[in-house]
Amino acid sequence: MSVERDVMEYDVVVVGAGPAGLSAACRLKQQAEAAGKEISVCVVEKGSEVGAHILSGAVFEPRALNELFPDWKDKGAPLNVPVSGDDIYFFRSADKALRMPNLFVPKTMHNEGNYIVSLGNLCRWLGQQAEALGVEIYPGFAAQTAIIEDGVVKGITVGDMGVNREGEHKPDFTPGMELRAKYTLFAEGCRGHLGKQLIRQYQLDKDADPQHYAIGIKEIWTVPAAQHKPGLVVHGAGWPLDLMGTDAMGGSFLYHFENNQVLVGLIVDLSYTNPHLSPFDEFQRFKHHPVIAQYLKGGTRTSYGARAICKGGFNSLPQMVFPGGALVGCDLGTMNFAKIKGSHTAMKSGMLAGEAVAEALLAGDEGGKALSSYVDKFKASWLYDELYRSRNFGPALHKFGALIGGAINYIEQNWFGGKFPWTFHDLKPDHATLKLAAESQKIVYPKPDGKLSFDKLSSVFLSSTNHEEDQPVHLQLKDATIPLAKNLPMYDEPAQRYCPAGVYEIVGEGSGRRFQINAQNCVHCKTCDIKDPAQNINWVAPEGGGGPNYANM
Amino acid sequence: MSKILIVAEHAEGKLNSGVAKTVAAAKGLGGEIHVAVLAADAAAVADQAAKLDGVSKVLAVSNAANAQPVAAVLAPQVVELAKNGYTHVLFPGTTFGKDLAPRVAAKLDVQQISDIMAVHGATSFERPIYAGNAITTVEAPAGTVVATVRQASFQAVGAGGSAAVETVSVNAALPTHTRYVKLEAQKSERPDLQAASRVVSGGRALGSSENFKVIYEFADKIGAAVGASRAAVDSGYVPNDMQVGQTGKIIAPELYFAVGISGAIQHLAGIKDARTIVAINKDPEAPIFEVADIGLVGDLFQVLPELTQKV
Amino acid sequence: MKALVSVKRVVDYNVRIQVKSDGSGVVTDGVKHSMNPFDEIAMEEAVRLKEKGKVTEIVAVTIGGAKNEETLRTALAFGADRAIHIKEDGEVQPLTAAKALAAAMKKEGAQLFLCGKQAIDDDANQTGQMVASLLDIAQATFASKVEVDGAKAVVTREVDAGLETLEIDLPAVITTDLRLNEPRYLKLPDIMKAKKKPIETVGLGDLGVTAGAGVKTTKTVPPPSRSKGVMVKTVDELVAALKNKGLL
Repeated sequence: MSVERDVMEYDVVVVGAGPAGLSAACRLKQQAEAAGKEISVCVVEKGSEVGAHILSGAVFEPRALNELFPDWKDKGAPLNVPVSGDDIYFFRSADKALRMPNLFVPKTMHNEGNYIVSLGNLCRWLGQQAEALGVEIYPGFAAQTAIIEDGVVKGITVGDMGVNREGEHKPDFTPGMELRAKYTLFAEGCRGHLGKQLIRQYQLDKDADPQHYAIGIKEIWTVPAAQHKPGLVVHGAGWPLDLMGTDAMGGSFLYHFENNQVLVGLIVDLSYTNPHLSPFDEFQRFKHHPVIAQYLKGGTRTSYGARAICKGGFNSLPQMVFPGGALVGCDLGTMNFAKIKGSHTAMKSGMLAGEAVAEALLAGDEGGKALSSYVDKFKASWLYDELYRSRNFGPALHKFGALIGGAINYIEQNWFGGKFPWTFHDLKPDHATLKLAAESQKIVYPKPDGKLSFDKLSSVFLSSTNHEEDQPVHLQLKDATIPLAKNLPMYDEPAQRYCPAGVYEIVGEGSGRRFQINAQNCVHCKTCDIKDPAQNINWVAPEGGGGPNYANM
Repeated sequence: MSKILIVAEHAEGKLNSGVAKTVAAAKGLGGEIHVAVLAADAAAVADQAAKLDGVSKVLAVSNAANAQPVAAVLAPQVVELAKNGYTHVLFPGTTFGKDLAPRVAAKLDVQQISDIMAVHGATSFERPIYAGNAITTVEAPAGTVVATVRQASFQAVGAGGSAAVETVSVNAALPTHTRYVKLEAQKSERPDLQAASRVVSGGRALGSSENFKVIYEFADKIGAAVGASRAAVDSGYVPNDMQVGQTGKIIAPELYFAVGISGAIQHLAGIKDARTIVAINKDPEAPIFEVADIGLVGDLFQVLPELTQKV
Repeated sequence: MKALVSVKRVVDYNVRIQVKSDGSGVVTDGVKHSMNPFDEIAMEEAVRLKEKGKVTEIVAVTIGGAKNEETLRTALAFGADRAIHIKEDGEVQPLTAAKALAAAMKKEGAQLFLCGKQAIDDDANQTGQMVASLLDIAQATFASKVEVDGAKAVVTREVDAGLETLEIDLPAVITTDLRLNEPRYLKLPDIMKAKKKPIETVGLGDLGVTAGAGVKTTKTVPPPSRSKGVMVKTVDELVAALKNKGLL
């Protein structure tokens, strides 16, 4: 069906109002202002408002922010809780833990000078700064497709509104607009659906290791004041995941934030091998560990959410540019997994891209080029250095497990300054790691107690996720038969368990059995797109404004 | 000592049941309770109001202009009545009261308190905000207290009293800018989901849209609207506009039947204002039983037809 | 004919309301806000009346702090021609709001005042009626159908007993109910244009309004959770239980 679309032209279009996209937008405007010229910048954001889809721990390293807004304190940036202490635990079992002596903590895990923040609120603040600089931000509008003409990215098309479940136009059908630009920056976050297409189309990853991912599940708790230690950071590895083995890896966090809030989460590497594993249930039982429960008991859970993380780091970085555009932030994969921090690196990558684009445009560039200056700036920056030093962290863990890998990391970071003369590689993509269900041990998760642990649906409720009911399912199956014909017999359809929002269910019995997609529940974490063993699920942006409505996440 | 004026709602010579509930709220204030009946001929309704327990006087205001409940016409008269030393002017929290009360409050130059759900004292009340997701305790400012009374929060007082009926004439200029045309009862055969006092909802356990027939049959028998859980909507058994719950409709019927609905929290959020919840489910562990007032564990395809036959 | 539409910025209807643990109110910081959904319906109706040629100019009005500008931009994207921001950082209760809005009505010489039947935050359901009362003009609340004809309007109202029809002389206040219309999707080009439409800022004082004594909220708590009821074993027991409660 061809439709007439409105067209608007900008110098730069940014897809995604997260830390990378907003930093890029701000930098562009700053550079233009310094040059006394105008660069028009438009940011589209699929969330109903800036920050609605942002979820992070988060311990925030202010390095990039210091560069972007040296006066961020005066401007009221929401960095209110300095880290006051770092605890690291090795969880050995459901009730045993070993606290790591400070001496053995790798340098990358020290957090002096960092802040516990809500990245969502930081993005809301960045959005205000961007608008004050003249950036146009349009939340509630999802970039649906990249406009590619003669191999050059010319902008994006915003998703149509008012299409029903069958794909027909409803009476209020509104075609999405074309936003054309000299340069388009993709800042969709981890596993962006346009980023994924661009990487494929331009073979941006042909020289890189496969990207590796984890799913982070997070809750916000309000706890009794006596249990609250503002600024305390608790990181952990091990139970309920593997400490020695490499079948199920990951780590946990618990941060004491402001207003008696505790932020708690579990990050599960999507390289896990047992298809019976459920990251959600691992997280629920994790909260019962005495080290964690001591802070949560008697409290109330107020928020829940989940998001995939790109953790491949340096070795998995695809090429950053293509004609007419570039990838920034987690769409590119700039997270520093050794620090478990991606916000400052995302911001920095956005700033570098912003600088490169601004310089080109201010010099009269008409757009459409692959901006090697962004790559050059990246290579000359602290960001490159930081990612390079941490390049062995993930692969070492995947090879040797949390304890030994962690020890290697300690040695590399503290003795070699992150510069081992060799590099570990991890070449197996996360969707290929599952063993057959029949060959894997069933996992019986404890029933949630309704105090520390909860069921999936009441959790999803706390994400305030919402989608217009009557719209095409945004979780597309390339082959609708695979879930029942292949995934079910081979892997007991793991989507039922890896999805932290209860989107996927096998319902019915015998011949009435079918694969049910509760698309309304989706919290936009992208795990299904990553982990499906058949790579059969394609996550696309639903109607703009749909998805979680995270507050203070 | 409070002196309370309750403005009566009535239609076709009958006192609205909301007035007896408003009297119940007024009793919590302590003081003298008067009921004002404004009608074309107020006598018959005034007699009914006089019977309400706790009412000490009924003011009967007969005026041809009061033949229909037009707020703009009633308000100046209520304002005149209120000036006779009344400390409180209460209205039932019905569309009648909600329409009229602010018109009176503005003329008396006082902020109004809407939807009183509990009375703590002459000027201290509880009222819901955010669709009942929070309950506030509020203190009325000095001056006449103008308030509406939430109907679901009070039980009607009995009708064993015998208050005096006083015929009153009110001297107020009445506007002509508003003309009553007609009142039509809701036409739809099955009541509207959001307005219905009874709702029967089906869940995924129905298994198909054809099977929803048992829900419709039962609903029609008891004059109820039909709703559905998100799971039933997602499964395509019924259209979207029947969904009850977080992203669908929030409803507050007197009686709610959850049939074959496990009770995902989204659904529970949508029915928390229901007065009585009846759950029918074959899974005794279903969360819906945790919130149901009456639960029955059983196969809905057996239970529902039997119930349809027996009610 | 000029129409004034009052629009309120409220916590978005999708946001799950959290009551602060110290009982001082509900959490509004860091949560999404948007235009009161009933006011969206009022905006939509105004735009439809303009499209039908009944209304020539739509002026959106809001009362509140700096962030309310977003709500006005939304109204402008809907199709308001211009907007008035009555700036007030403190709490504004319905009567105070109504006084300011009535003053704005007079100043603008508008014939039609539209707003939602209630805002989904305080659920007061007062402001429209108060505006009508202060101006001594007609009101039609809970509107589910509006027909404007010259100096009159015929409005169908959703009342408890069914659908009531009133004929009112203009100027008048109409408050809008859920079924009046389905607000349109805001189009990106309209949102872009809205950024350039004019917003006039005035203070309560400029309109001659001072906030009088208000209702004081002393405590806010979450609603009581439901408790488990009785289990019955047979349909007969169920019918008996329902009859017992007077429900059948």
